[in-house]
This record gives sequence, C-alpha cells and structure tokens, in this order.
Amino acid sequence: MLNSSLSELSAALAAKQVSSVELTRQFLDRIRGLNGKLNAFITVDEAHSLAQARVADERRSRGEAGPLTGIPIAHKDIFCTRGLRTTCGSRMLAGYSSPYDAHVIERFDAAGAVQLGKTNMDEFAMGSSNETSHFGPVRNPWDAARVPGGSSGGSAAAVAARMAPAATGTDTGGSIRQPAALTGVCGLKPTYGLVSRYGMIAFASSLDQGGPIAKSAGDLALLLNAMAGFDARDSTSLERPNEDYCRSLEIELKGMRIGLPGEYFGAGIEPGVRKAVEEAVRWFESQGAKAVEITLPNTALAVPVYYVIAPAEASSNLSRFDGVRYGHRAQGYADLSDMYRRTRAEGFGAEVKRRILVGTYVLSHGYYDAYYLKAQKVRRLIAQDFAAAFARCDLIMGPTSPSTAFPLGAKSDDPVQMYLNDIFTIPAPLAGLPGLSIPCGFDANGLPVGLQIMGNYFAEAKMLGAAHRYQQATDWHLRAPREAPL
Amino acid sequence: MILLPRPPASMSLTPDQLQRIALLARIEVSPEELRGVTDRLNQVFGLIDQLQALDTQSIEPMSHPLDAHMTLPQRLRPDQVTEPDRREAYQKGAPAVEQGLYLVPKVLE
Repeated sequence: MLNSSLSELSAALAAKQVSSVELTRQFLDRIRGLNGKLNAFITVDEAHSLAQARVADERRSRGEAGPLTGIPIAHKDIFCTRGLRTTCGSRMLAGYSSPYDAHVIERFDAAGAVQLGKTNMDEFAMGSSNETSHFGPVRNPWDAARVPGGSSGGSAAAVAARMAPAATGTDTGGSIRQPAALTGVCGLKPTYGLVSRYGMIAFASSLDQGGPIAKSAGDLALLLNAMAGFDARDSTSLERPNEDYCRSLEIELKGMRIGLPGEYFGAGIEPGVRKAVEEAVRWFESQGAKAVEITLPNTALAVPVYYVIAPAEASSNLSRFDGVRYGHRAQGYADLSDMYRRTRAEGFGAEVKRRILVGTYVLSHGYYDAYYLKAQKVRRLIAQDFAAAFARCDLIMGPTSPSTAFPLGAKSDDPVQMYLNDIFTIPAPLAGLPGLSIPCGFDANGLPVGLQIMGNYFAEAKMLGAAHRYQQATDWHLRAPREAPL
Repeated sequence: MILLPRPPASMSLTPDQLQRIALLARIEVSPEELRGVTDRLNQVFGLIDQLQALDTQSIEPMSHPLDAHMTLPQRLRPDQVTEPDRREAYQKGAPAVEQGLYLVPKVLE
C-alpha cells in the first residue's frame, strides 16, 4: 500500500480490501518509524487522524464516498487547520492554534480525505533547503546528509519516503517544484488564482500559490481537482469553470511543440542534471513531439527581481506578527515599540528577518522607484518573454533546478548562492504561469533529477497529460529512496 | 534593450543605515549582530543591483501576475454582515487579553 498511487488506494478502499483506519494507521506507523531520522513532520496527532479515518469509513459505508474519501494526506504547516497547530515553521507561531481552516483544508475535508499531519518547511516559506525551519532541518530520503530542498521540503520528503501518499505545498519562487525535484517526486504549481490562498499564511501575495505534491502526474491531477476552484474569500481567486484534470491525461504527443529555452541549458547546470533532462526531451521527440529552440532572454534578471518583490510583499505581510493578537511575545520590554522590536527579533529567524529588512529598504522613501518599481517593470519583461515563447511552443521543458540535492550547510551561510539555485523556478510565478516537476533520472551520486514542464495560463491539463504519458513509459517516479526502503 | 554604460551607485548600507531600517521594520538588531547582518544584506543588495543595468523607462510596471494575460474583475459584494462574532475563539491565541481586550504596554501617561 505504501507505494500505491492514489487511484489504487481509492480502488482498494472502494473494494473494501482496506479501511481508511487501516490505511491511515499504516502511514502513521511509517511516520513513527522514519520521522526521527527525516524530520519531515512538525505535528502528528494520531488520534485526530484516526478519528477522521473512522468518519471516512462511515461515510463510505453510507455510499457517499468520492475518490479521495479515506485517503490520508499530509499538509504543509503553512495551511491553517483548526484541529492541528499551525506553526509556519516559525518560533513566532510555535504554539499557534488557528480558529479556522484554510480553503484548501476545507476542500480536502469535504472530499473526505484524512489529515495525516503538518509537514516541516522553511520558516514562513522563506528558503530553498528547509534549513531555516525553527523545528530543525528536514533530511533528504535519498541521502540524509543532504537537504530535501524547500520551502515545502517536509511535504516532498514525506511523499518521497512514502510516509504520506500525497501532500500539499505552496510555491512562491519554486517551493513546490524544487523540493519535488530534489527528492524524486512530482509537484505542481498552478496558474496564479486557481487555488485559493484563504488560510494559507501569506509570504508574497502576488506570487504565493498552493499546489499538490505526489508520486505521479495522475495523482497530481486528482489532488488538483480537489484544490482548484473559486473562493470569494481570496480577492485574487479566479471565477472560471471547474476542470476535471483527470480526464485529459491520455494526451496526444505527436505534433506537440516543446520549447527548449537556451538560457535553461547554459553553463552552471550540473552535467548529471543536463543529461537526464536532455534524455527526457528525447523521449518526447521519439513520441512525435517537436523540439523548438526558444529564448527567455531576461531569465538571469528573474532572481534579482524576485528578491525585490518577494521581500517587499513579505515585509508588509509579516507586519501582522507584532506580539499583540497572536503568536510569540517577548518577556521583558520598556514600551510598546520595544515590545514589537524584541518580539520580532526573538520570534523570527535570521532569513526571515533578512527578507523583512530588504523589503523595508526597497519600499522606503527615495528607494521605491529605483528598486520596487524597477523590479515590477522587469517583471513585465519576464512575462513578455514567456508570451513570445508560447506563441512558438505548447509547453516549455528544462531542468527544475541546476543541481541535485546539496549537502546540509553547503549554502546556508551564503544567501545569494542559495537564491541563485532557484533560477529556473522563479520566472514562472513572476509571470503567474503554472509549472510542474517530475523525476526524470538520477545523477552519478544516485540523486534524483527533476524535469520542469511549464505551460501557458491554465494549461495544467496539458502539462499533466505530457507528464503522465512520460510516466507510463518510465519508472523513475516509482523508485523508493534508499534511506527509506519499503 | 539598452545597457547603460555604468550602473548607478550601489545600494550598499552602512551599519548605521541598517539600524534605521531595522527600526522601521520593528526588529531589534543587537550590536553583536550588526556587522554580520549588514554584510549579508549587502550581499543581497549586490544581487539586486543587477537590475540597474537595464533601461526600463517605457515599460509599464506589473503589479498583478495575471495582468499581462487578462483584465481582472474588481469583485464587489453587498455591504452586509456575513461573519458571526467569534471574538473568544480569535482571542484565545493572543499573548495578553482582558475582558475581551488585547493588552499592550501603556502608550499614554
């Protein structure tokens, strides 16, 4: 059961081969066995999960089950949950219990899914290695001395280690796709506005988007069906007809034009990554797809643009953590201003404080035009690059990350080196575009490589279809990591 | 795209300037941390400074990620109360509350 797809689990539940209680217990046992080593979960409440599983079993016996009823799903600890504490990986919220559920949580609850626990993450989703979590780093199930990527590192590691059949994540500059790539699983960042941000703790609101992490493209489609949809409580949620992402998985590859951006295959990519990605592209060509050389000329500027816009939005969003309404408050202080300053100095970690300070500076008087407005203009150039590219191709493919998983501590002292590692995942959210990552091989160290597939606005079905066809011909996504043998 | 002959002065900060920003951000930076935090921030500003080489005079700033693709509706709703009063639930997580009020240090003598 641990290595089964969601549709296989769904079929087993429907055929009464297993109950949700039994299935949930299997994954809880797996978590108990592995979490000490991998630290993928911040909060697990077995009684809470099993109670939900019992409710799912009752619902099934009444004949009211849907495809996700009774399936345990882990949630990134950025989604507010009434039943489980919500920390966002921060000391600031270490004891926080939300009085309401995020929209995404409501959707999974309505589908009858079981909350398996809350997964570890970089603090306030700011990081690419899961090393900024107040609750300690997550370890990569393929090599415990390496990072799983971030910020949804706990969700990716949990799925990779088969501690959860699927998980939720959020992506601001690559936080779903990059950890999926580094742990050998699949992750999808949807078009901006497709998944409601209600109850998803805000980092950079013009970029943040929730999405699924799972073992296969088919599973991602099933999860996106539950997650996507209009929600009036998110002012950027889009009103559009619901799609069934599972219906179009058997897509025709013949004649499909695959754009290969020169900028994504230049120097700075590890040879093992390049080789695996190029082989995957050749497989699509062997199925009749046509490779088209394209250019995204402002790719190198995406990282500096992102490190103006995301910190600017974060400095505003995180001003709510003031020690008054919720979260941590410092013990001793002289006056109100001192209370704010000490509370925030103690409650936030170094990377979060760094980004708040950068954001405060680029928004401050005299610098706004030179940096923030400038970055918004270059952001438009990046979106225009994609618009020109999608006039010539149906999907864009390239590496998700220039490297495979790096050792813990390798980049944690040098923020700029850490930021540059996200060069291929940052452009899509700046343009509001969807992107996904699927495993496409291993490097010489046996570490997984991710293939990134980007599509035009609302092209999720096409992207998932291409990924699904690839996974029917390959088995990279079925390999279980060596630190967590089945 | 025209590359300017030379980027404008870099945005590098002195420790004193950093203290001013930290005050605006309501984050205490201790004297021991000051040098390290300033150095790391200046690394980040070095990265951000790359933007200055680009001439963007004729480009419209993009503030919404989908505004290149579609016209976005401004949704309005009737001016009606839709939420129940859940004050107690919301105040349960507050560090200091008394009689339904959030307690903060005295700001007026």
